[in-house]
Amino acid sequence: MRLLTHNMLSCNIKGVTNGFPLKLEADKWVTKEVDLNADFLRGVFPKIEWPALVAAARALDYGDLPEQADGSMLTSEDFLRRFHHALLELHVEEGALVCPETGRKFPISKGIPNMLLHEDEV
Amino acid sequence: MKLKQLEGLLGGLDQFSQPKVELEQYPTGAHIASRMIYTAENSYEDISGKIVADFGCGCGTLGIASALLGAEHVLGIDVDPESLEIAGENVTDLELDVDFLRCDIRTLNLKGLLVDTIVMNPPFGTRKKGADMDFLSLSLKVASRAVYSLHKTSTREHIKRTALRDYNAKSAEVLCELRFDVPQMYKFHKKKEVDIAVDLWRFVP
Repeated sequence: MRLLTHNMLSCNIKGVTNGFPLKLEADKWVTKEVDLNADFLRGVFPKIEWPALVAAARALDYGDLPEQADGSMLTSEDFLRRFHHALLELHVEEGALVCPETGRKFPISKGIPNMLLHEDEV
Repeated sequence: MKLKQLEGLLGGLDQFSQPKVELEQYPTGAHIASRMIYTAENSYEDISGKIVADFGCGCGTLGIASALLGAEHVLGIDVDPESLEIAGENVTDLELDVDFLRCDIRTLNLKGLLVDTIVMNPPFGTRKKGADMDFLSLSLKVASRAVYSLHKTSTREHIKRTALRDYNAKSAEVLCELRFDVPQMYKFHKKKEVDIAVDLWRFVP
């Protein structure tokens, strides 16, 4: 699971209003290099929840993202490289996503989060 | 990548080993899948450099086709763990990067406007009535650019009306009519093979 996917996921339990972002607990992760696409990064940046990305990256021991970011940083190659790395090159293999409101843990196994709900959560 | 090459690669993917009839698990054949994604990219530029989600991804065929045609990020979603396992192996075999999520489409909560394009071969609703409309309704809430989907030709008018009137689609177009080869997969299948007429749709949310 890439952090780009993490940035889209929200707790889906019935009645939960504050289900984003899910806290990332990572036991195992890998880095897979992939080509940087600056146009893509510039286009996706405004849609990203930045604090959620920073927190998730920190959970993977990547602390090189600035606390706050704005569009003017997109002209910096250095910033783009860090953004690219956090968003697309870090892959969580084992761990869990935790709902901030209920504490419910959604396990991640072999890179796949399981967000299937129990009957009483629907 | 040429269409023929794409079709060849998709033809080599592993499919459901023990398909579950209640989930209407039918593989999207390489012929249909390649044409679907190839058209999405060549006619509409909806794949390359985009974020693509495959709703009801099964063994991953459509998502993998999207990755092969240059999608920047692909997320395949399905409820069945066995299919997702096969999908993961298919992705590894082709040395691609595709994320998967195990979730029921009806309880999916994807926030934000991150998904550009959705590609899907949803259940037709023969087992769980209305399943096709659940998938369509949700996909139009999530995608920001386009939704590509397959539905039985016999449901064409109903789909068009519902998408435009009830799901607020800006447009609903049948790109072409295809024959979906359904091989004898389940006990209730009497014939060795059957052709179902399906429409390839492009919806704009």
